[in-house]
Amino acid sequence: MPQTGEISANEYGIPKKRFPGKKQESPRTARIRRPHIKRKRTKRDIIAQWGSTLFMAPSVIGVLLFFVIPFGVVIYYSTLNNPIAREFVGLENFKLVASNEAFRNAVHNSAVFSVIAVPLAVVLSLILAMALDSKIPFRTQFRSFFLSPMMVPVASVVLIWQVLFDYNGAFNELISHFGLEKIDYLKSDKAIFVVVVLFLWKNLGYNMILFLAALSSVPQDILEVAALEGATSRQVFFMIKLRYLASTMVFVTIMSLINSFKIFREVYLLTTDYPYETIYMLQHYMNNKFRKLDYQALSAGAIMMSLVMIVIILILFAADHHYGKDLEG
Amino acid sequence: MSVQKSTKGRSARRAHHISLKKLKNAVFMTLATGICLFFAILFLTPIVLTITNSFMAASEISANYGSVFATTASGGRQFVAERVNLKFIPDMVSFSQYITVLFKSPEYLLKFWNSVFLVVPIMIFQLLIAALAAYGFARYDGKIRGVIFFAYIILMLMPYQVTLVPNYLVSEKLQILDTYWAIWLPGIFSPFSVYLITKYMNRIPTSLIEAAQMDGAGEWKIFTGVCMPLCKGIIFSTGILVFIDYWNMVEQPLILLSDPERYPLSVYLSKINAGEISLAFAVATIYMIPTLLVFLYGEEYLVEGITYQGGVKA
Repeated sequence: MPQTGEISANEYGIPKKRFPGKKQESPRTARIRRPHIKRKRTKRDIIAQWGSTLFMAPSVIGVLLFFVIPFGVVIYYSTLNNPIAREFVGLENFKLVASNEAFRNAVHNSAVFSVIAVPLAVVLSLILAMALDSKIPFRTQFRSFFLSPMMVPVASVVLIWQVLFDYNGAFNELISHFGLEKIDYLKSDKAIFVVVVLFLWKNLGYNMILFLAALSSVPQDILEVAALEGATSRQVFFMIKLRYLASTMVFVTIMSLINSFKIFREVYLLTTDYPYETIYMLQHYMNNKFRKLDYQALSAGAIMMSLVMIVIILILFAADHHYGKDLEG
Repeated sequence: MSVQKSTKGRSARRAHHISLKKLKNAVFMTLATGICLFFAILFLTPIVLTITNSFMAASEISANYGSVFATTASGGRQFVAERVNLKFIPDMVSFSQYITVLFKSPEYLLKFWNSVFLVVPIMIFQLLIAALAAYGFARYDGKIRGVIFFAYIILMLMPYQVTLVPNYLVSEKLQILDTYWAIWLPGIFSPFSVYLITKYMNRIPTSLIEAAQMDGAGEWKIFTGVCMPLCKGIIFSTGILVFIDYWNMVEQPLILLSDPERYPLSVYLSKINAGEISLAFAVATIYMIPTLLVFLYGEEYLVEGITYQGGVKA
């Protein structure tokens, strides 16, 4: 039996509740979960709890030491006027950063980029996965081809993108045959599209793999029933498959979001510290602040960014939870 | 008589319906293949370009791409073409670039080993620690664990530029700045693999673990005997992602290491662009080999690691 709703509800990995509310237990999953009546904790429960805590210990200690505690220091820094005088200034740094023109521009650009790139990455990779999921020839070859951009070293990606999109580049050469005007793409308003293309090129393959896995886990018997009932392929897609894909979509969105931040590496190598206005991202801002040793501004910016991320993640999880529950019922 | 007629009509209609369906199917297939073909060509171009251009002599490269890099390149060029000439097949296959990289300038190989030396420990220990932690997260659920896990997800999503200052501060405090430890340690404890592996381990049915417990297996035994064999795929596929990520690192060494001698090849490669463009393709191709091997060996895992393949399915 392929995966059930109970599993896809947990797609993003938040551990499921051990004693869930009474209603949503289906008889089949009840067998493998513990009974939902709160019973006395046995010795075995205690072993499970403390034993598994030991397993987590190295990672949690490491994360505390290398990420959480330093982050606390960053919060501390964000409230100081400068690292030497160490005077407490409250939210002054936040006000300064938030009113900074470069920061606002960077936030705007990063937001625009993510809003364009992430949904495109999700939708296009879903289309590719659907295409590969049908019985077209050379499926495994295509799959490998789509994954191949992951292999190319960042530096040669940059090199090739330069060759393609430079003023004298190959793309300009191509469109000049159609009578279009040559422009220097990375120094124009179209720069953001070059970055979006680069992002999609790099990440569609992996997203597609995730979707392929999810598509193969749609219960076959439901599809058979749908076929018997005479459902059109459109109905099958929107009413069955899409629902089973919902939590994978959340996962793919999270991965794409991570990768949309990572694309900075390429952009940075393509354009250095101060690129064209429209592709000046938050990371550029932070990188430049780091170079100038302006830790207060950097810390304040980082904290604001973290807050936005937390909100986005909470929304995504809420959406997933909603769909997941829907599926179980 | 009339009954016969009507059945005949129905079957004819059905036949018509089937042929229509077949036609629709055929159209869909061609469309799907077309889309795939289009994307495949698009996706393969850079990789093919990198490899074929690595077999071009320096003069051919500069003739082809001189116009793009003439402004940034150091030193004069005898002949610079006015426009870019995107070529897939070299006029003359030449191994001169490879000879330069492999034999004449040892710094490339040295940097290559730097890369290996940086990435392999991170990959191995990150996976080990993540697998342990994932077991902890998946084995028992509690409120605190939920909160910790959420914190992991948030940390995982932070762009490097946000963790950059914390990273730097810790390295400074621990006095590991300018050593590989400054890159190794944060890498090893990166929450990314914990997230991926936990997500997968949550799918292992509790019954399986409880059965092992009934048979008298301790936690360690359950971890090594039950969970690890089931999670082989996801661990491999996470390993591939981690490898690719760190193999291409640029920011960390630039910030945490001050001695250029110790930079990995990825940093070096990203600086090649300006000066020795002709070498760049050959170096990139050599740099791609480990990734290629990892892929050839692990692609199946990457694909299958994501779907639950365990013996007992929930």
